Order: sequence, then structure tokens, then C-alpha cells
Amino acid sequence: MSVVLAVCEQRDGVLRKVSREVVTGARRVADGLTGTVEALVLAAAPVKGTEELARFGADKIVTLTSAAFSRYAPEGFVQAIAARVKSGGYRVVLFAASATGKDLAPRVAARLGAGLAQDVTDLGVEGGALVATRPVYAGKALAKVKLTAQPGLVSLRPNVFTPVERPHPGTPETASVAVTAGRVVVKEIKPAPAGALDVAEATIVISGGRGLREPANFKLLEDLAAAFGGKAAVGASRAVVDAGWRAHADQVGQTGKTISPSLYFAVGISGAIQHLAGMRTSKVIVAINKDKDAPIFKVADYGIVGDLFEIVPKLTDEIKKLHG
Amino acid sequence: MKIAVCIKRVPDSETRVKIASDGKSLDEAGVKFVLNPYDEFAVEEALQRKEKAGTGEVAIYCLGSAASQETIRTALAMGADRGVLLQTDRVPADGFEVAKALAAELKGGAWDLILFGKMAIDDYNHQVGPMVAELLDLPCVTAVAHLALEGRTGVAEREIEGGVEVVEFPLPAVITADKGLNEPRYPALKGIMAAKKKPLDVKLVSLGAGGLELLGMAPPAERKEGKIVGEGAAAVPALLTLLREEAKVL
Repeated sequence: MSVVLAVCEQRDGVLRKVSREVVTGARRVADGLTGTVEALVLAAAPVKGTEELARFGADKIVTLTSAAFSRYAPEGFVQAIAARVKSGGYRVVLFAASATGKDLAPRVAARLGAGLAQDVTDLGVEGGALVATRPVYAGKALAKVKLTAQPGLVSLRPNVFTPVERPHPGTPETASVAVTAGRVVVKEIKPAPAGALDVAEATIVISGGRGLREPANFKLLEDLAAAFGGKAAVGASRAVVDAGWRAHADQVGQTGKTISPSLYFAVGISGAIQHLAGMRTSKVIVAINKDKDAPIFKVADYGIVGDLFEIVPKLTDEIKKLHG
Repeated sequence: MKIAVCIKRVPDSETRVKIASDGKSLDEAGVKFVLNPYDEFAVEEALQRKEKAGTGEVAIYCLGSAASQETIRTALAMGADRGVLLQTDRVPADGFEVAKALAAELKGGAWDLILFGKMAIDDYNHQVGPMVAELLDLPCVTAVAHLALEGRTGVAEREIEGGVEVVEFPLPAVITADKGLNEPRYPALKGIMAAKKKPLDVKLVSLGAGGLELLGMAPPAERKEGKIVGEGAAAVPALLTLLREEAKVL
């Protein structure tokens, strides 16, 4: 029997939503291999919401507990996951390509002496082999790779594997594990300012560029984001991040984040190649720019040509009405 | 401070990607290659740490083709002391093979820090740094945007979804650099001249294929032709109607 291990994520005892995506991806692979899905959660104590993973296709839901796992503990996590995989039967190990997953997956791969396809946007089984698609050059090309060794390790780009309900038994199992004390210790998590969503996780992203003229004018975009009622994040082009107007965490593009929100607004952004690379997989793109020949209009589904200082406040008002 | 920095030669981020006739690689004709932007932060951090300590060494390691010598010279021009090129014509798709070659070279070097960029902007692998750490059994923090060292203890900050993780670790350690860690310097003319005389060892390496086989590369799907909804604020209601009724995203 081929078991597909879906390494899920929790924070502060609550299952993170990206776990549904990992289990959804695992179900797809397990069906291709006529195997089963084991969802794995590492935590200090049983985690709220793990039972929902059955809905997305988990045959078994395993929680491994250790006092060291109240926060992400890289060395302890590696030890526990590698030991479980080595215990046998695991054909594929899936992670989320989140901040944690991108840190954890390579360590587990090296511990197991296995290869890793990181940050994939498509995954399937072809002729019994695991085949993954990875954006390279920030998505300017897609590389298709076959995982030739076992186990095959893959991390899935967040927001790409839409959760699909595929109910399976989801038999729960909890065990405590002993891990050696790690040298790398997460001392605290400083939360982002209240209400600020991460551009990589938001379903709506509103990015601004040089067209905003000065940092204070990002208030216009923040107001628009607020009008969407907590679903939207404010992003930025490289030019304004390099100018110090916005934090690097907000940068969308090849040297920032590559994102796939449902709705992307490019406001006062001309559309340099490196920016387009970071947002072209958005489901719907809206561009607002005064230059009708700006390259951004070539990738936008909908464009408005004109003065953003008039258009954005109007948009904010209309969205407020819609949500009011 | 004895510091190793692992770097990579990559196509500039403004490159228009054209796939070569083999269907598996980048057509390099007319492509400008640069030091991977995230590696610039790693080199700068190493230089600042050495300068602060007043003593030490910054050694540059690079795995790649013969042309990577030029990339190493860029890091030497910034101020690094010496370079090592692990020369190979073929870099496999499996980052673990790269990590094994680098780890074998770095092993026993008595490094205080081994620095990487958090990822290379060509293959987006995000993995060689932490894999080298694992192979050398060193503590590792990835995607670090702020780093403080006090004696043999380090405190690093890394961005996570919705916050910043504050991570404590002992030296020696492996750190991968995110943007924001520092402001990389431009090589000055004096540095560029001095770099030409700095030692650069070239060692031929041969890497295994590893566990990933590259089947092919393809351009991303073209987005369908969009439309200009209108001009100015008057076009906003029409835009909202389209977003709601046609795109169904509102």
C-alpha cells in the first residue's frame, strides 16, 4: 500500500487553512497510486479542526505531540517527520510551500537523502510516477519534473490547490513523540499589525506602484482594501519597495512574492517583466493606469485608463455600497 | 569571523525567457547574467560581519559553469577575500545534488557562518541552504530579514504569514538571506581592480542526477485578451458589473 503523507500546519493550536490544500493534493496523488492519505499534524496538544481533514480526503489523521511543538521547531519537526517516514510504507510526502514548509521540507529531504520538488503548482501521477510542475524564472516558464526516487517530496504553492471535498474516514490517532532539544528556537511570533493580511494569502490583492507618487497615498489603497472587509491585502511594486515606501514583505514580483489571488488590482504600476512574473497567475487582473500603452494592460482582464486619484476613491465608495 | 557565502549566477530579473531548442533549458542568447539578488544580501552581510569583528575571512563558493567566475569576481569586487568555483556544465534539477557538492567542499572549514540567498531567482528551489545545514549538522534559519549576533548567539527575524518569527540559534550556523537584511554595496572601481588579483580556485565537479528528472520546460499559458472598460472614475460602475457578473469575483 502506498501511503501519501500530508504534512499539515497549525499555529497556536488552530489548524491552518493551507492544510486543506495539502490534503487535497495528497488525495489526488493517492487516487493515482491507489494509496491512502495520512494527514500529519505536529503540535504541543491536540489541535482544533483537524477532523475536517477527513472531508478533504484524509484516511487517517495523526497528531504527534511534544512540548517542543508549541511553535515551529525546525529540528524537532525534522526528527519526528523523518522517523515516521522511515518507519515504512510512505511513497510521497507533501508539504505546503508556506514560510514554514519551505524551511522544513528541504531539511526533511536532506535527512532522508531524497529530492524535493519545491513550490509546485500542479501534481499528478503519470505511468505510476509522480510528476510535478514548478514555475521557474518567477513563472516565466514552467518546468515539469518527474520524481524518480522514493519517497518523493513535494511542497505545494499556497492558493493553487483549491480544496476539494472528498470524504474519507479520517480515523484520528494521537501519539506523543520524544525529540531532542533543538538548537534553533522560535522565541516569539510578532503579529502583523491588526487587520493586515499577507499578500501571499489574501484572496484580493491591491498593489500600488510609482503612480501613487508618494508613500502617504497608499492610504487610498488601504481604504479600498478595508472596503473589501478583511479579504484584501495591499501589495507593492519593486520600485516603491526599493524606494523605501513599503515593506519588502508586500513586494509582488520576481524578487518579491509570486501570488495567485482571485482578484488582483495593479494601481499605478506600469508592469515591468519582473512584476508581471509575480502576479500573472492571479485569476482576474484589473489595471488602473494613466498610460493607455502601459504593459500592465496586456495582462489585465479589465483596465481603466485615467487618474488613479479619482478612480480609486470612487471604487472604494462603490465597494462599500456593495458590502454595506 | 570566518564566513562562507554560497552564490549563484542567474539571468537578470528583466530577462525575457525563451526556451532553448532542447525544450529543457533557457536560450541564453542575449541574456544578461548577474549575481543572484538574494545572494547579494548574503555577501553584504558577510562583509559587514567581518568588518565589525575587525578580523576574519569571507570566502565565496559557487557551483556552476566556467562563466560563473565572472559572478565570483563581482562578489570579490564587493570585498570578499577569495573564491572557489565548483565547476560543472550541468546543474541537475535536484537541489540536493548541489547541496551535497557544496557541503562536501565546506565540511571541516571551521566556519562561524555559512550564508546563502534564500533562493535563486532562476530555479526558485528555496532549498540548497537548509539542505547544506542538514548535511553539516548545523543550526539553520532561512529567509532572514534581520540578524543580530551577540557573542556566539544569534537572533534572526524571518517573515511568516501574518507575522514575524523571532528565532534564536547558536553559532556556527547556516543563514539564508531575504531582502531587507541590509543594503548591498556596489563594487567600487578600486574593488573591481583588486578583485582581479584575489585568489579564485577552480575545481571540477561531477554531480549525480538525483531524484528529480527534468522532463521539459514550457511557457506559461497566455492570458486571454483583456479589455479596457473605460476612462476615469466614470468607468467604475461598469468595472464592478463585469467583476460581479462576468468574472464572478465579487
